[in-house]
Amino acid sequence: MQSTTREFPLKARQALEDEQLRQALDKARDGFVGKRQTAIDNFPDFDSLRHRGKAIKDHTLAFLDVYLEQFEAAVEAAGGQVHWAESAIDAQRIVTDICRQAKAGRVTKAKTMAGEEVALNEALEAAGFEAVETDLGEYIIQLAKEPPSHIIAPAVHKTRQQICELFDKHHHDGRLGAALREVPDLVNEARERLREKFLTADVGITGANFLVAESGSIALVTNEGNADLTHTLPRVHIAIAGIEKLVPTLDDAASMLRLLARSATGQDTSTYTTFVTGPKRGDDPDGPEAFHVVLLDNGRSRMLGNRYREMLRCIRCGACMNHCPVYGAIGGHAYGWVYPGPMGSVLTPLFTGLDGSRDLPNACTLNGRCASVCPVEIPLPDLLRDLRRQQFERGLTGRNTRLGLAVWGFFARRPWLYHTCARFGIAALGRLGRRKGRFRWLPLARGWTATRDMPSPQRSTFQQLWKQRQKEQRR
Amino acid sequence: MTNHSDKAPAERVALFVTCLVDLYRPSVGLATVELLERAGYQIDVPTGQTCCGQPAWNSGDNRRAGILARQTMDALAGYDHVVVPSGSCASTLIHGYPQLFADTPEDLIRAEALAARTWELTRFLVEVAGLDDLDAGLSGSACYHDACAGLRELGIKQQPRQLLAQVDGLELREMADTEACCGFGGTFCVKYPEISSRLVSDKASAIEQTGADTVIAGDLGCLMNIAGHLTRQGSAVRAYHIAEVLADRTDHPAIGEGED
Repeated sequence: MQSTTREFPLKARQALEDEQLRQALDKARDGFVGKRQTAIDNFPDFDSLRHRGKAIKDHTLAFLDVYLEQFEAAVEAAGGQVHWAESAIDAQRIVTDICRQAKAGRVTKAKTMAGEEVALNEALEAAGFEAVETDLGEYIIQLAKEPPSHIIAPAVHKTRQQICELFDKHHHDGRLGAALREVPDLVNEARERLREKFLTADVGITGANFLVAESGSIALVTNEGNADLTHTLPRVHIAIAGIEKLVPTLDDAASMLRLLARSATGQDTSTYTTFVTGPKRGDDPDGPEAFHVVLLDNGRSRMLGNRYREMLRCIRCGACMNHCPVYGAIGGHAYGWVYPGPMGSVLTPLFTGLDGSRDLPNACTLNGRCASVCPVEIPLPDLLRDLRRQQFERGLTGRNTRLGLAVWGFFARRPWLYHTCARFGIAALGRLGRRKGRFRWLPLARGWTATRDMPSPQRSTFQQLWKQRQKEQRR
Repeated sequence: MTNHSDKAPAERVALFVTCLVDLYRPSVGLATVELLERAGYQIDVPTGQTCCGQPAWNSGDNRRAGILARQTMDALAGYDHVVVPSGSCASTLIHGYPQLFADTPEDLIRAEALAARTWELTRFLVEVAGLDDLDAGLSGSACYHDACAGLRELGIKQQPRQLLAQVDGLELREMADTEACCGFGGTFCVKYPEISSRLVSDKASAIEQTGADTVIAGDLGCLMNIAGHLTRQGSAVRAYHIAEVLADRTDHPAIGEGED
């Protein structure tokens, strides 16, 4: 997917003015945050589970080469095939080649963020295949020709009204007008449309929530069952996943699934949780004839060698964005690439380059709520701060910021000068603001004063008052 | 009266007053001194302090942050405790400096020693000083905003509420989503003013909805942001730092309130 991250400031401003988006985001946030909290309150000791999740991922990443080879051998033993994709282009080529060899026409897809990352739909369409998204949210945004705005709820930015209008246009040629319909009604309509696609697809593409090294299985979770129809009905099943999705054992996968369902949607377990191991066996009543796993690197192995390894623990639950005040205000599209919110603000600069995504590490208040809900304890604010360090060292920090830091730093590192200048400056500012107690406008402070007052200082600095107090006490 | 004054000699506390309190609201510093003296400590305000360096640290300017961190460590060396009337600045001393100096062992030793002696004010009053004889009153209702760094990095949640419960005449009300960020975020509020405005506007609505007449917090940055929004909207809600309320210094104008 082409990154539009450079336009972050403009897109964020537009998002803030979008009333429909605000409604959709407020509703989603209330649901996600509340349901997760209830699920965690009902779990005996969620923090221990988080520690375990972190330990499993840290261990796997430390021995990733070993587990990747074990996984490949296990997939092959089960009759499947593993493909290694170093880059997005490699992944596109591998998947389109498999489709071509299968003489495919129609391809169904269950939601895959790795697929979004490598722009799989665009590649499939360019190669002449019909790619149909089968996750309801993905289906909606495919109709709207929009990228996902959330990693587990791709159409979370759309209101029910907007979805009604979209379905009317695509399913009824506009005959229904803008009538607001009930959710089950819309779901059934999408289901009817998709049923035929499921039954006639030649290839089914899914992601993988986890890859299990000991058995060569992939774990798939959905609430719609669409991933199961996607991988069992067509002749060929292709799963695409980042190399960091690996866990050593089925036991480990079970721990991770408990974390994922609670953190993502506040469920004890997702409605459909499936382990897929190899293609259809001789006595299986159904299933694909061929099973391919495309393991995507695309910059991940680079992260293994530095502190961003911690980011590879991410299980794509979306809890960080659900709890992020900035995401909650502007939604996912403003971030400009596949992964939005806190995890995206770390991943996008790492995957697409620091220069083209200067805003993302900075558009964060460092409030830390994301880290406090992360099921694998990724220190997201620390990683964002470290990206700011890299920006600063490479001269990518904005001119105003650098100038401001230089001037402030000049005074701050000279306490005597600082306290003297502060005394005079504050006395002047304090006198000006005494009557009203605040300023509606101050030079160089438009960012602040455009929407809020600047409280006036109290006319003396603390250091001054403290010295006076000391003198008086000595007398 | 829980008081250390009968013990001799009294423990020495360095007040790290923070640049915002020094420049904008010295009454918070004086209130902090009063509270600590009341608890029996001998207070000093080292003049070598200016700013903890957080603006540089959070902007990725680690060289400048390091210079200010060393200056701050020099100024605060040798005291029994260091108390900070801000969760955000205290967290920079406690968590920021050791991260900043992770690769320079001689600085790291000093940073860790400072971190072990440094306290956010309300936590110090409750967990170290055991102050339980406040002589403060504020009639009316107030809600307490959980500032992010104190809450998530230092575990400040019950301490301020426990202290505020001792203020005569004050009814404490909880606002919806009290742990949500107010949108200040240091330089964030001027780099992304529109996003920051949305966040503070949501925070102000949550405050107004409680019907409380005062909002209290432990961080002046957040308070200036919240008060600045409230006064611009013509709200009657007043904003005070928790030290001012606990030291009974609410007879002077609230943050952003004039003398008229």
